[in-house]
Amino acid sequence: MSQPAGAPTIGLGAHWYRLLSVIALLALWQAAASGLADPALLPSPLATFEAGYEALRAGELLYHVGATLARVAVAFGLAMLIGTAIGIALGRSPVLDHFFNGWLVIGLNLPALVTIVLCYIWFGLSEAAAILAVTINKVPTVAAILREGAKALDPALFEMTRVFEVKPLRVLARVVLPQLAPSLMAAARAGLALTWKIVLVVELLGRPNGVGFQIRSFFNFFDIASILAYSLAFIGAVVAIEVLLLQPIDRQLGKWRRA
Amino acid sequence: MTGLVLSAVTRAFDHPVPRTVLGGVDLTIAQGEFVSLVGPSGAGKTTLLRIIAGLDSGYGGSLAWQGARPRLGVVFQEPRLVPWLGLLDNLLLVGGPESVDRARALLGAVELGDCDSALPGQLSGGMQRRAALARALLVEPDFLILDEPLISLDAALAERMRRLLNDFWRKRRTTTLLITHNLAEAVELSTRVAILSPIERRVVADCALPPPDPRLSGDPMVAAALQDLRRMTRSWPVPDPAEAAPDRAG
Repeated sequence: MSQPAGAPTIGLGAHWYRLLSVIALLALWQAAASGLADPALLPSPLATFEAGYEALRAGELLYHVGATLARVAVAFGLAMLIGTAIGIALGRSPVLDHFFNGWLVIGLNLPALVTIVLCYIWFGLSEAAAILAVTINKVPTVAAILREGAKALDPALFEMTRVFEVKPLRVLARVVLPQLAPSLMAAARAGLALTWKIVLVVELLGRPNGVGFQIRSFFNFFDIASILAYSLAFIGAVVAIEVLLLQPIDRQLGKWRRA
Repeated sequence: MTGLVLSAVTRAFDHPVPRTVLGGVDLTIAQGEFVSLVGPSGAGKTTLLRIIAGLDSGYGGSLAWQGARPRLGVVFQEPRLVPWLGLLDNLLLVGGPESVDRARALLGAVELGDCDSALPGQLSGGMQRRAALARALLVEPDFLILDEPLISLDAALAERMRRLLNDFWRKRRTTTLLITHNLAEAVELSTRVAILSPIERRVVADCALPPPDPRLSGDPMVAAALQDLRRMTRSWPVPDPAEAAPDRAG
């Protein structure tokens, strides 16, 4: 990444600092692992990578991470869609906003665990109940962020589209959604982080596969190396989504601001 | 038929302080007329535009279209271009993808032919204003409303844009309402000039002119009309800024 003009120089390039930071973390981990009498309590980085490689070779790692990512994708997509629609409605209609504000506050503060347990009790230990629980948890966050974005939509542009009788779908695609892009990105980021954490709990409590399910199994066997290996693999997948998907979208959407 | 009849139109605002902006405006614009509404800043010209464009329904009196409600083309005082769309896309937003050839031609006509993909933020205020003018003409309006469309253009460019507006009107006879505080501009382009007084807050004079087909400079009749109108507006407490600084560059 090139340094922007006028930015303070920091000696080495930014890449090097990131690399040094990773090495420092690994060294700290290694030191902590070596300091403990029982290596099973905190396996060394090498032991963890071995456990991960073993799981990868057996095909288990990809299967379970894949199952979790699929749940994250479906729940995330549903929550973004429903939350965005609710957020725009609340942001554009003061009546709806006043009426539903209390509901939104309840939704935002409802503990994820309660929703998950209730969904499993009411709808059984099914895939649909799991997805529903995650979606319900995330919708209020998305709606709250989009509500603020929708409140800030430029009225002058709406007036322009009104006098020129621009078709509603075209207004949505070319005028409304681009203005909501920063809110959508913020909701996506906050939502993704929240979703995958909740998905793991959902899996731990009531699914037969996925990273959460595996972590429960490893907990029963006191297999800390595998717990860490799965966690790292999953963090890697989420970071990849951020770098390969969200950041390029963000750059594309922000182009006109930098013009 | 796309005429417009305003009868005793009033508009008052409560915020920030209670005030009456329009105190009973009577104005009739017949099909095919080019009417200029002249008044100093604060006379209520833009308020009247918003009422006519259907953006403000809190007025008193009556507004009636003769025939069906017309397709409007509006140039707002601010360009109101969509900042993340290039100029051509801004035009296509209102004209639809099928109008791409006409949109390009109109951008050329307002001397922005090489700025198709430029974003509004990359252009000067005057260029944005011309793009807004092209957008209003693109929809082939039945009724064209122009709110100070040439205000930030330099004298030579404003002259060329006046010629463009005159050509457009002569070819299509689109019913047009030009809001301006520049009397000379109003007289050059219009078939009628209405004066909106900042004191009475209504139309106090309505002066018919020969059709600008085109208006010849130095026409004694035009000079006389301009002189009459100037005399009428001289006593206003708010000076006409266009008279004080007629050649604003931008």
